[in-house]
Amino acid sequence: MSGSSQTPLDPAAGGVTDARGATAAEEAVEARAAGAPRRWTVTRVALGLVAAVVVVWLVVKASEDLRQFAVVSLNGITLAALFFVVASGFTLIFGLMRVVNMAHGSLYLLGGYLALEMQDSWFKEEVGGLGISLAGEAGAEYDLVGWLVPLVLATLIIGVLGVIMQQVFLRWNQGQDLRQALITIALSVIFADQMLAAFGGISKDIKTPTDWPESIALPGDVRFGFFRGVIVLGAAVLIGLLLWWLITRTRFGKIVRAGVDDREMVSALGINVQLVFAAAFFLGAVLAGLGGVLGGTMISLAPGEDTSFLLNSLIVVIIGGMGSLAGAAIGALALGLVDAYGDVYLVFGDTDLTNYSILLTFALLVAVLAVRPLGLFGRPA
Amino acid sequence: MTASVGRTSWPALGVVVAAAALAPLVFTDFFVSVILTKSLWLGVAAASLIFLSAYGGMVSLAQVGIYGVAGMTFANLVVADGGAAAAWSPWIATIAAIVVAVAVGLFFGVIAARSVGIYFLMITLAFSVLVYYFFSQVTQLSGFGGVNNPDLPSLVGQPGQDPAPLYYTTLVVAVLVFLGLRYVSRAPFGLALQGLRDEPARMRALGFNVTRHRILAFTLAAFIAAVAGVLSVWYNGRIAPGSINLAQTIDILIIAVIGGLYRLEGAWVGALTYALLDNYSREWTPTVGDVLGAERFNTILGVVFLIIVLLSPGGLVGLWERVRGLGGRGPGPPGEVAREPAPAEAAK
Repeated sequence: MSGSSQTPLDPAAGGVTDARGATAAEEAVEARAAGAPRRWTVTRVALGLVAAVVVVWLVVKASEDLRQFAVVSLNGITLAALFFVVASGFTLIFGLMRVVNMAHGSLYLLGGYLALEMQDSWFKEEVGGLGISLAGEAGAEYDLVGWLVPLVLATLIIGVLGVIMQQVFLRWNQGQDLRQALITIALSVIFADQMLAAFGGISKDIKTPTDWPESIALPGDVRFGFFRGVIVLGAAVLIGLLLWWLITRTRFGKIVRAGVDDREMVSALGINVQLVFAAAFFLGAVLAGLGGVLGGTMISLAPGEDTSFLLNSLIVVIIGGMGSLAGAAIGALALGLVDAYGDVYLVFGDTDLTNYSILLTFALLVAVLAVRPLGLFGRPA
Repeated sequence: MTASVGRTSWPALGVVVAAAALAPLVFTDFFVSVILTKSLWLGVAAASLIFLSAYGGMVSLAQVGIYGVAGMTFANLVVADGGAAAAWSPWIATIAAIVVAVAVGLFFGVIAARSVGIYFLMITLAFSVLVYYFFSQVTQLSGFGGVNNPDLPSLVGQPGQDPAPLYYTTLVVAVLVFLGLRYVSRAPFGLALQGLRDEPARMRALGFNVTRHRILAFTLAAFIAAVAGVLSVWYNGRIAPGSINLAQTIDILIIAVIGGLYRLEGAWVGALTYALLDNYSREWTPTVGDVLGAERFNTILGVVFLIIVLLSPGGLVGLWERVRGLGGRGPGPPGEVAREPAPAEAAK
């Protein structure tokens, strides 16, 4: 089954991985007996029909109000950008080490909280002596440094925390994936409770620098949030490119790709795999922490966001295929758009079904798994 | 992996059940309700997880999602505060709730059963969390503060005033679930399931439809989870999205792991441990700043869970077996067939 030399972490070879991944996936799907293909064709036709209905429905909605459609689409894309940042760390760790880090959501939330604490205690400049008791943003100003320094520091702390987690709890039971998942679940329970104790249950957010614009004007008289549309999207694209470069163009990436295919062989060649594992865990945790700071600024920080981002990461990588960077990008985009469209467009005449929108996410998951049990770019472990 | 089919020790089971039957005479109403009844229904939920894990090699986190569907369906179909309040008879609502949850479980099974190992765990976790988000969004079904005071069957009376009828009902259900799953695990269906767990390729070569078998096992576990879901509503007298969230999913997993993922009786051992911890750990937990204290039960639970996962993958039952020198070395199910009864159950 490991005949393919393409690595799932190689986004450049996405197309090839796709084609080969399909064969491998089919081998792995043990139930696919000889007589099955006809039934699967029916499934595919049905899914194609559903997809067509969805497209028609979107076109109808878009033609009703093009400006709204643009904003909703941008909402979806920026949400996807955030999902990608967080999920790429999750998929990186899994791809190399087969560790499902169930504490990934906790690292996300903790990253956000740490940055918030630093911003609040070091960089808050009160203006107007009486403003303190009012809503925070009215009475305080923040400069660029007051956003960037917490971002970098919090991200690095989370990275180190990730390495400690890996070294203390996961290193000595490598290969026992269920046990490792259980360990990270236990850690996430402890993290969640401690964060509740330390940061309380009220929703908070990290402030953007005061001199940044609220929104930007786009062609067609559309206005969109500056932070969401420029910073988060830009960061995600940058991170995607950096990861792509790291994985395909550097020695570290080569080792990672080789490690994904055959850990023992890499180790036998004299490469210090443990060091690479620690580095990968650092990188994965850094991405979670960075996502937390971005998400904490873009949305908010509250207990439960850890669950929410664990679920998002899970869905993104289940759709995209575990361990695949390109899969994470496509999975994030699909999830973000489905979220955004479902929240607005599930209105048919007088019936408002928007609070059933979670079913669309579920449908997306089911549709992908029905055709590709290992996700779009997934390969058997 | 050796098949983890143990011989049911009938005398031991008899002693445990007899002790449990006498418990209301000995203990206070509080203890019977908050510790014993709760352990029994939580144990049923955990048993559905352990059954899949021990005999099918499938660690499913969807069980809470499925029991949430059952509980919500029941609460919506009977007279209640909030929800749809369809005013059906509680018994018919119970049957309908189980049927709906089993149907949902079957559907989940069809999607998830083609995946194995850690993928299966992730997919079922996603299912469970999606069920939670569904009920938190759809307030027509979950009310704004949950569905409260549902009409219960006359069999269980008023659990708030006299916990004994509900306790005995739950006890009978738990014993039936235990014996039923025990029976299934040794029937041809269960033996084949263990074969699929260990050697899927060989089983396919022998002509078994691997996926269909796994789906059926998952559906059977969904039935057990559905029973637990209805019991949970009878016990709590309410159900809210918050009672089927990720924390609850993890709690059931913790119960299963504490008891031991490889032994059916571990479900009730774990549930009893959990209920005892839940109630009494708050009293003796020292207060250390914000880090520890009566409020920090989840930290205690997480640490206990972590220690058990790190030290004894077989859970308390595995630990017991290891102490007795009966196997359970390192990871994986305790290899030998254990002939011991569920030790901690005797504590009742």
